Amino acid sequence: MAPPRTRGRLRGNVTRTERQPARLALEDGLVLTGRGFGADRETIGELVFNTSITGYQEILTDPSYRGQTVLLTQPHIGNYGVNGEDEESGRLWLSGLIVREAARRTSSFRAVGDLHEYLVQHGVPGIERVDTRMLTRRVRDAGAMRVLITRDLDSSAETLVERVRSAPSISAEDHVAVVTTPQVIEWTRSHESPFAARSPGAAGPEALRLRVVAYDFGAKRNILRSLVASGFDLTVVPANTPAEAVLERDPDGVFLSNGPGDPAVVDYAVRAARALVQKVPVFGICLGHQILAQVFGATTFKMKFGHHGGNQPVMDLQTEKVEITSQNHSFAVDPERLPESVEVTHVNLNDHTVEGLRHRELPTFSVQYHPEAAPGPHDALYLFDRFRALIEGARCS
Amino acid sequence: MPRRQDLESILILGSGPIVIGQACEFDYSGTQACKALREDGFRIILVNSNPATIMTDPETADRTYIEPITPDVVARIIEKERPDAILPTLGGQTALNCAMKLADGGVLERFGVEMIGANRDAIQKAEGRMEFREAMERIGLEVARSRLAYSMDEARKAVAEIGLPCVIRPGFTLGGTGGGIAYNMDEFEAICRNGLDQSMNSELLIEESIIGWKEFELEVMRDRKDNVVVICSIENFDPMGVHTGDSITVAPAQTLTDREYQLMRDAAQRVMREIGVDTGGSNVQFAINPRDGRMIVIEMNPRVSRSSALASKATGFPIAKMAAKLAVGYSLDEIRNDITKVTPASFEPTIDYCVVKFPRWAFEKFPTADSTLTTQMKSVGEVMAIGRTFKEAMQKALRSLETGRSGFGEVPGKPHTKARPVDREEVRANLATPRQHRIDWIRTALLMSMSVDEISDYSGIDPWFLDQLAELVEHERVLADRAQAGLAALDAAFLRETKGLGYSDRQIARAVGGTCTEWQVREHRKALGVLPNYKLVDTCAAEFESYTPYYYSTYEAGEDEVRPITDATTGERKQHVMVLGGGPNRIGQGIEFDYCCVHAAFALSELGFATVMVNSNPETVSTDFDTSDMLFFEPLTHEDVINIVDRIAPRGIIVQFGGQTPLNLARGLQDAGAPLVGTHVDSIDAAEDRDLFARVCRRIGLAQPPSGMASNFAEAEAVAERVGYPVVVRPSFVLGGRAMEIVYERASLERYMERHGAEATSERPILVDKFVEGAIEVDVDAISDGEMVVIGGIMEHIEEAGVHSGDSSCSLPPYSLSEGLIAEIAEATKRLARELKVIGLMNVQYAVQGARLFVLEANPRASRTVPFVSKAIGHPLAKYAARAMLGDRLTAIGFTEQIEPPHFSVKAPVFPFNKFQGVDTILGPEMKSTGEVMGIDKNFGAAFAKAMLGAGIDLPREGTVFLSVRDEDKRFVIGQAARLVNLGLQLVATSGTARTLANSGIPVQRVFKVHEGRPHVLDLIKNREVRLIINTPSGRLERSDDRQIRSSSVSYKVPCITTLAASSATIQALEWIRNRELSVVPLQDYHVQQHATGAPAASGAAVSAPADRARD
Repeated sequence: MAPPRTRGRLRGNVTRTERQPARLALEDGLVLTGRGFGADRETIGELVFNTSITGYQEILTDPSYRGQTVLLTQPHIGNYGVNGEDEESGRLWLSGLIVREAARRTSSFRAVGDLHEYLVQHGVPGIERVDTRMLTRRVRDAGAMRVLITRDLDSSAETLVERVRSAPSISAEDHVAVVTTPQVIEWTRSHESPFAARSPGAAGPEALRLRVVAYDFGAKRNILRSLVASGFDLTVVPANTPAEAVLERDPDGVFLSNGPGDPAVVDYAVRAARALVQKVPVFGICLGHQILAQVFGATTFKMKFGHHGGNQPVMDLQTEKVEITSQNHSFAVDPERLPESVEVTHVNLNDHTVEGLRHRELPTFSVQYHPEAAPGPHDALYLFDRFRALIEGARCS
Repeated sequence: MPRRQDLESILILGSGPIVIGQACEFDYSGTQACKALREDGFRIILVNSNPATIMTDPETADRTYIEPITPDVVARIIEKERPDAILPTLGGQTALNCAMKLADGGVLERFGVEMIGANRDAIQKAEGRMEFREAMERIGLEVARSRLAYSMDEARKAVAEIGLPCVIRPGFTLGGTGGGIAYNMDEFEAICRNGLDQSMNSELLIEESIIGWKEFELEVMRDRKDNVVVICSIENFDPMGVHTGDSITVAPAQTLTDREYQLMRDAAQRVMREIGVDTGGSNVQFAINPRDGRMIVIEMNPRVSRSSALASKATGFPIAKMAAKLAVGYSLDEIRNDITKVTPASFEPTIDYCVVKFPRWAFEKFPTADSTLTTQMKSVGEVMAIGRTFKEAMQKALRSLETGRSGFGEVPGKPHTKARPVDREEVRANLATPRQHRIDWIRTALLMSMSVDEISDYSGIDPWFLDQLAELVEHERVLADRAQAGLAALDAAFLRETKGLGYSDRQIARAVGGTCTEWQVREHRKALGVLPNYKLVDTCAAEFESYTPYYYSTYEAGEDEVRPITDATTGERKQHVMVLGGGPNRIGQGIEFDYCCVHAAFALSELGFATVMVNSNPETVSTDFDTSDMLFFEPLTHEDVINIVDRIAPRGIIVQFGGQTPLNLARGLQDAGAPLVGTHVDSIDAAEDRDLFARVCRRIGLAQPPSGMASNFAEAEAVAERVGYPVVVRPSFVLGGRAMEIVYERASLERYMERHGAEATSERPILVDKFVEGAIEVDVDAISDGEMVVIGGIMEHIEEAGVHSGDSSCSLPPYSLSEGLIAEIAEATKRLARELKVIGLMNVQYAVQGARLFVLEANPRASRTVPFVSKAIGHPLAKYAARAMLGDRLTAIGFTEQIEPPHFSVKAPVFPFNKFQGVDTILGPEMKSTGEVMGIDKNFGAAFAKAMLGAGIDLPREGTVFLSVRDEDKRFVIGQAARLVNLGLQLVATSGTARTLANSGIPVQRVFKVHEGRPHVLDLIKNREVRLIINTPSGRLERSDDRQIRSSSVSYKVPCITTLAASSATIQALEWIRNRELSVVPLQDYHVQQHATGAPAASGAAVSAPADRARD
């Protein structure tokens, strides 16, 4: 008998404590009992479902989820624990987490902690062992609604439903103001994880560094890393930074990040962007895309349940190639009321919604989805290089 | 890019007979491809030697060639049909290898046939070990360190560099045949020698061992626009070192972070592009070092595979159909997702459940085989189960296996799972060595409180999976504890939790103990409202509405999604009819039964019923969601089936088409009030019960071989003395010919009773039958509507009685029986069918000794031979039977007279002996073949030759034949030997046979038996100096010479014939091929097209002459 292979890394990390019952109440009157994990507190959020099979840690730390309670359709969540590299921001922003089963055992050489403790640390409650598929179908058919997660076992179902119904509206809030960086940051870090994507045209060390100011509306770190990897020196600025303050830095380009909430709420950002597009090349992702659309006179609308997942097919109308994309948005640009000045560059093949825009004259483009992936496929990484090419083109002309 | 307009006709190659590593998944993929391409207006020419396939139904393709898939034969078909393209990626390794040979031989170029799907260069790059390695290095992916070797010397040099343990992989083989893991030089030498022999190009790859690493597979598709999508990720529960076909696998992958998964996805895309698979599906396998995540590419299959069939069933995404569409020019975004109907196929399915595949082995059939699982696949089938969690799916998979277990816990009759003190070292050793029962050893280890980490250290299995199993063991303890207070103490919440963990009612009943039955648990749970919910498999985790009724059960308190089928015009609920499938493939129950189930679904659908399929086998056509109106991917157990019955309230249930599996459920379903249709359960019992059946036979005046029953040796001996030796002995309590033997004398009988008699009782006796020696066995399939009985076909076995009917070649029509006997057989069959009140199909087996007819057994259900007979006579018997079972008369169906085709159809079995080193190849009453092929021709010899070729037997046109026959056969061998000499073949024989031949003036050379000196017969075989072996063993003595000859014939691929009846047929085949080319004729030319009306006018004359039969 050969001696056992030692795998010290795998030891420990087992939550043996019996999980306590928890309940979930939906605005439409549905109340379910499951088991609580994570933080022991009550929470109300807008229920969104995400269909990604992998990448729960990136989702948990994505600032775009502020105000939302995320349901993950993959039944087993937490299997590989959590680690330091897969965080998309410094904390968890979502209101709550709903899963079919939260792993009690973590297994990954990359793990430094487990999901339950992680949620406890960040004060986020979770509920497991509920029919997540039924909830998904409800949201799909009835549209977005609010959900309560609680350990309150005593109140009647009606009371819980009343509690979630009477909670203040989540969408009217300016979530961006909360998640954005309070001060200007010089961001220099590229991909550091050995498991990072290899960008197709990632700039070599000898490539000319271009200076970009990135508006942080709730930016995911992997966007910043991807920009650095594509040869940009980044200055990350708060969401309410006026255009003049940006232009003073004389950037080669401006980037508008993703972020939470209703794009109509961030009128200050639209104002700034309106000034910027006239002066410098601009690239926007997700909320940044919706802001640019408003700049050019388009409007946004709230989708029934949005796109949240890693398998959305998007066609680049220029190349006619299909990329499988990572998405997380509840609002979209209305294709019916697009101004003449912009053209649609990318469409979603599932529902034909607008996934990318380009201004016909100005060096400005944007996509609704997440080329930085994290989580999700790397098919759209080329867009960072396209931004670089756009800036270089603008400089030559 | 839309459909290519420059192509008009496409040749599709099937995968031939079912063998280990290549099963019905290729019927599924080929059938899908044919359907998809004909939809687009292509003319499809199909070649497959396997009659038990839906793809070889005359309706599936335009021209259907049931001919051997050899380059010569396919070349002739190409010459005749002149297809524009050949699609070789849907028929497994067989099709790929054949297409490569056609390309290499210039046939494709000569006839201007384009290879679509994957081209020659891509196949070469993916399959050639060195080319693949270089390709991977070019795109910056790691492969295991390795060296190529083409000889033993080179192999030894290679291992000196790589070190031990190492993995040996022969090039161009299927199912990893001939490969293995060597831990020492002895093993290394043995594996290399065998591998060099098995490899098509005598190539071995000696590879760094990555045993114990985690193994993953990605199913990838690419289109002409270079869009690449991953359809499914699969994680192997068993780590590297076990062939993926022998691994428990899980979808989706469970233990990869997104970053790791996306890098793997990127790698798979790069592999697709570098190898140059232009369009279609491929499977890329990866190994991941669990300590640091180092990723290695193991291999890539540039074609649809077993894993892609699994991925299709696991996600609902029809890979083979898409692959076919992509091959003819479509891009993924131009094809609709069948399930959502609104979204395109250019996406990656996401799933909100867990899928577990569990292999099914057949080591009990080959007791001397080494049951260690290695890189060479050994399983004969698999089950798939779907649950919302891994635990639920795993338990469902385990009870789907039909090995007597009802979940993870409590394995009946397995000593190591009993609560006995177990030696820790023994447990560790069994965790470290993968064998079929390792899952039970994991349970044992958990029960003795071995930690998940320790179990993982020894087994290499990821702790996450093990912890899931640990949870089951923990819950089992709670269950046992709470169940002590009786069934009533189990409340709704606890029961729902227990059921949600996948526990069956039977497991719960056992936990309660005492007299508690499965049924009581069910009643209790129903009273508490703990019922399963059925959820949809929809490719999108419910993001979109889906329309395909493909369901699985789960027990969470939530929502049920079953929608009964309604009539499109009236909106009324249709009458539903359930068809119970055959479960996992195993020896004795395979694709033939799936074929029948599919036909039942088709026929009933045509009649306007809503058809409901229940099955657990992912390799099948029956589990294609297009086959029936509703598909329930569920275990075929009483509990799981009756739950569905409760839910959909069917008008009828068909249990006679899926083989033994659903038949075993029949009585229970009937008792539970389920509406079975067709032959009554009592008749099924009457046919299976010895006494009842004997009474039936006596009543209608049919003779049976004399017999008796025994529960100990003395009783057995008394029966044997009474009826006379030899006798056939078998335990009544074991199904499917298991442990059946022919015993020639007292001592053997005593030995047999020592081995098997211990378990016998007067209720469960050993059956002792007179063995009808020297008899011809006859198989008959018949159909009855309750009034009229029509013979489907009478098949004469080529091997004599005593060889299991599934292992015997047979001919339809009979080639040596007198007309009188044939009429007597037909008449006897009709009497039996009437007496047993058969409605539907019946199969009867007879033995003919001289002019005497004995009934061996009758089975009032679909038999293994139904597809063969249907193709031979040109009438779909299973369809007719399904209609009869729902009340149609044979007169209305239009099948009222036996068809006597003017051509011969020969069925030949295919054996898995090359996968089980050293196993005796002798045929007996226990079935050992995995598949079969069919040869059709006007001439018996030609039909037999085709069957042999299809079965992979190389019939020699020149060279030396070795003869060694038992004494009883000596006088018959003379004539055969003379004919062999006339064919220009040389003869060698061992002393006795040589003397017999020499005395008759036949030129023969004597060769030593093994103990007589050297060079002996084995030397001749190993030096490839013998091209054909005719070796009839003496049944009375275990002769080691015979055994060694047979097993080396397997190793060195020399055809070995073990009965004189078979050698006589073989000689007829040799005589035919010596002077003539084999004709190639499509099925459509043998039979009048009947499917246009659906109700053919059946008559013996309704057979057209094959177009090119003029040449003989």
